[in-house]
Amino acid sequence: MEEMFTIEDNCLRIVMPEELDHHKAGQIREGADEYLLSGKARHVVFDFSKTRFMDSSGIGVIAGRYQKAASYGGKVVAIHANSRIRKIIMLSGLKDMIEIMD
Amino acid sequence: MVKQNREIQNSFYKSREDAVNKMELRFTPLSENEGFARVAVAAFMTELDPTLEEVEDVKTAVSEAVTNSIIHGYERVEGKEQALEGEQWVLIEAYLTKGTVHIRIEDKGVGMEDVEKAMEPLFTTKPELERSGMGFAFMEAFMDELYVESGPGDGTVVYMSKQIGGQ
Repeated sequence: MEEMFTIEDNCLRIVMPEELDHHKAGQIREGADEYLLSGKARHVVFDFSKTRFMDSSGIGVIAGRYQKAASYGGKVVAIHANSRIRKIIMLSGLKDMIEIMD
Repeated sequence: MVKQNREIQNSFYKSREDAVNKMELRFTPLSENEGFARVAVAAFMTELDPTLEEVEDVKTAVSEAVTNSIIHGYERVEGKEQALEGEQWVLIEAYLTKGTVHIRIEDKGVGMEDVEKAMEPLFTTKPELERSGMGFAFMEAFMDELYVESGPGDGTVVYMSKQIGGQ
């Protein structure tokens, strides 16, 4: 199975789950913060290639990691997000915090 | 300020008599049931022949309402063991009229003092749980109609409907 968290060049890559809701949010939050707060990574890349569903709990996860990363001068990027995930990100006003790339 | 339209609640009960198909789903307020609940409603509405976009809209709205019931109504924290007390359940009632799905989601939780305040985008009482305050805003954005009935100690009922197909 693919690792949920990997670090490369100061970047924490998080493979987001297929269904990102409140049930899954806590696990991502705790795992990611371990890397961010211990200084093992500065930037965060959310990899949505597997994700088919996301609700506002996902927005909370992204915004929370943005706050932590930004306080250390880090950046937050979303990759492989389908049109639905992009729409949710846009609607929630997160587009100024997060860079969306292919 | 979010202005609520009580007519939506009335029309829910009125059009229930014309329903061509109905379902009810009652489950324990556990976060693992969030996925099950939204998928069940999505499956139920397939006979209206919705687009993929419409299915996703309804799934998101149901997920938001059910999550609210679990976290706010019953104040359950994900990953923390909490005993279930007697009257703890979430009830979803859905029915189909011609071209429209109607959904009612009820809990018997703590309820809300100020519903219109709770419905404002970005407003949350649980920032420590990283709730984004976008739940009601998403329900409103993805459904055609939304009405929320609640009071302290009275639990919460969310009424939503969406026209499917032929848009």
